[in-house]
Amino acid sequence: MTNPADNLTDRQAGSQGVNLSVNLGGLQMKNPVTTASGTFGFGPEYAPYVDLNRLGAITVKGTTLEPRKGNPTPRIAETPAGILNCIGLQNPGVDHFIREDLPYLRNYDTPVIVNIAGNSLDDYAEVTRRLSGAQGVSALEVNISCPNVKQGGMVFGTDCMMAAEVIRVVRENTTLPLIAKLSPNVTDIVEIAGRVAEAGADALALINTLLGMKIDIRSRKPFLGNIMGGLSGPAIRPVAVRMVWQAAQAVRLPILGMGGIMNAEDAIEFILAGATAVAVGTANFVNPAATMDIITGIQQYMRDNGITDINDLVGAAWK
Amino acid sequence: MSFSGLGEVVMNTKVGPEHFLMRVYVPQLTKLAKPGRFVHIRCSSGMDPLLRRPISLHGIDYGKGTISLLYQVVGTGTRMLAEMSPGDGIDLMGPLGNGFTIPDGINKALVVGGGIGVAPLFPLVQSLKHYGIEQTVLLGARSAAFVIGREQLESLGVKVKIATDDGSFGYQGFVTGLAEDVIPAAKPDYFFACGPYPMLKGLISLTKGFGLSGQVSLEEYMGCGVGACLACVCKNRTGGGTEQPASAGGFEYKKVCTDGPVFEASEVILDD
Ligand SMILES: Cc1cc2nc3c(=O)[nH]c(=O)nc-3n(C[C@H](O)[C@H](O)[C@H](O)COP(=O)(O)OP(=O)(O)OC[C@H]3O[C@@H](n4cnc5c(N)ncnc54)[C@H](O)[C@@H]3O)c2cc1C
Ligand SMILES: Cc1cc2nc3c(=O)[nH]c(=O)nc-3n(C[C@H](O)[C@H](O)[C@H](O)COP(=O)(O)O)c2cc1C
Ligand code: FES
Repeated sequence: MTNPADNLTDRQAGSQGVNLSVNLGGLQMKNPVTTASGTFGFGPEYAPYVDLNRLGAITVKGTTLEPRKGNPTPRIAETPAGILNCIGLQNPGVDHFIREDLPYLRNYDTPVIVNIAGNSLDDYAEVTRRLSGAQGVSALEVNISCPNVKQGGMVFGTDCMMAAEVIRVVRENTTLPLIAKLSPNVTDIVEIAGRVAEAGADALALINTLLGMKIDIRSRKPFLGNIMGGLSGPAIRPVAVRMVWQAAQAVRLPILGMGGIMNAEDAIEFILAGATAVAVGTANFVNPAATMDIITGIQQYMRDNGITDINDLVGAAWK
Repeated sequence: MSFSGLGEVVMNTKVGPEHFLMRVYVPQLTKLAKPGRFVHIRCSSGMDPLLRRPISLHGIDYGKGTISLLYQVVGTGTRMLAEMSPGDGIDLMGPLGNGFTIPDGINKALVVGGGIGVAPLFPLVQSLKHYGIEQTVLLGARSAAFVIGREQLESLGVKVKIATDDGSFGYQGFVTGLAEDVIPAAKPDYFFACGPYPMLKGLISLTKGFGLSGQVSLEEYMGCGVGACLACVCKNRTGGGTEQPASAGGFEYKKVCTDGPVFEASEVILDD
């Protein structure tokens, strides 16, 4: 539901000199709010509820070189204030995405961040090349952290050298802003953040889901089709805020913060911890207009607190 | 188009051992309603349960701008729904999904509901009646007490036959057994069904034996309800025509929320 009054407040805010625009490692965003990969499809799914033009960026579902069928069901389970998912990167493949999904997104005045994943360095390189040549791709978010795919993400995401290797390969094949999306399932987030920064990332995205599982006490078997899944939603927010706080202080790269952001207050918490921009994931399932409410709420917070530039809040909790 | 926002509960009454009937005034949603589509309801304003709950449209009153929902209390979310009172606001998205389509040229329909699966069949039965299609409705339930909606269906003037697992009412056994008895005599030329997977699986193989085609309404755990998260998939035999090599493995995953919940019976693959 687009509310014309919301657009009006954007403009009024602008005229009052409130700056919401941020630069995420070379990606210029009109406000700091994007969608979390895998929770927003390719965009049109949420168009009835969200004015896609108002988003700071649209981050689309993880894309791989070949189509992926994904995991068996059940693929989702609820936990207190969170969800476990094991979608398994189901996607139609990069060529299908470029041909069928990207043209729709070009109708909007909003940058598109394409999330990519792969099983091998060659996969990452090839996906990167194909997307870099496609019109309408504004940045790449490299998923080295998806816990659901047996051979892929986890191996790269939890091993520092491998993570850096993936980023190096992607870097060699693109001039687009490169966002390295990190796994929280590591002993030292700071070390891995440092390695991918050295390897040429322009920004960091954190966090991806935390590996978890659920057992059905009636069948006495694991509940999810893939046994384990990734935990997201408000349940993981404190972990995510802590990791953003640590990475932001250790590495000189802008951060896209995410993990359980449900409202503007949560988003501001991430920004104060050091995130330049934020991504909204699970919240879309609960409130399809969550991103819109968050943008409006951030503006309101700035007005209420006499803040004229959102960038002044980035890392303000430790600066 | 689809609505997202608040409706107003106008009625919420107990109609069975665990069953409630809720009527909601929500004109913007009602005008888009169609048999077989569903609404995605936020049962709690807090974080538990976090996700919305899909519930089928059970009644549609275009004139009054109301929809009704028939639901069984099975857990936290549905319990919260049962606690709502007239006048309360209810947060819903919808209508979502693709409903039943009534193919041209059918004359006699078999409509089969198992358990709470009867819920989406009411507006379908009304549509079939509207188009002058003869129908036999079979309802399966655990026991006599769990048979919901028989009188209402009969008051519409349709033939209703009941199967109960314990034999406390009607045919003793599963509704698929009843269907096996009924089909040769009733000679339907099409079927519609909603119910638990074992029932649908049995019915699909039974109707295939009779050369009968039809549509089934499926259920899966849902996240978004709008086709974005890929949580709610089911195996589907189609693949001819789609370029996704996924079909090379004999099936492709389709989304219950947007490709369904109603599918051609011959397309679906239900695992054990
Ligand atoms: C398209 C669609 C239409 C539906 N229409 C209706 C309807 O008209 N009336 C109605 O009563 N119910 C309907 N359902 C089922 C309903 O959504 C679930 O019963 C409800 O989500 C349970 O929520 P809860 O919090 O009360 O239970 P929970 O605490 O979440 O679960 C309680 C029990 O129900 C099982 N369960 C929960 N959700 C599902 C599901 N989606 N599929 C299978 N098993 C499940 C759980 O495994 C558990 O055993 C529909 C489901 C779908 C997908
Ligand atoms: C259903 C679902 C699918 C997801 N798919 C992807 C994906 O394809 N690639 C990826 O990098 N992250 C994926 N994620 C992780 C999210 O982008 C995000 O990092 C995580 O959910 C934390 O944010 P949230 O708590 O706001 O959801 C997925 C999350 C969910 C819930
Ligand atoms: S529930 Fe998200 S795709 Fe169906």
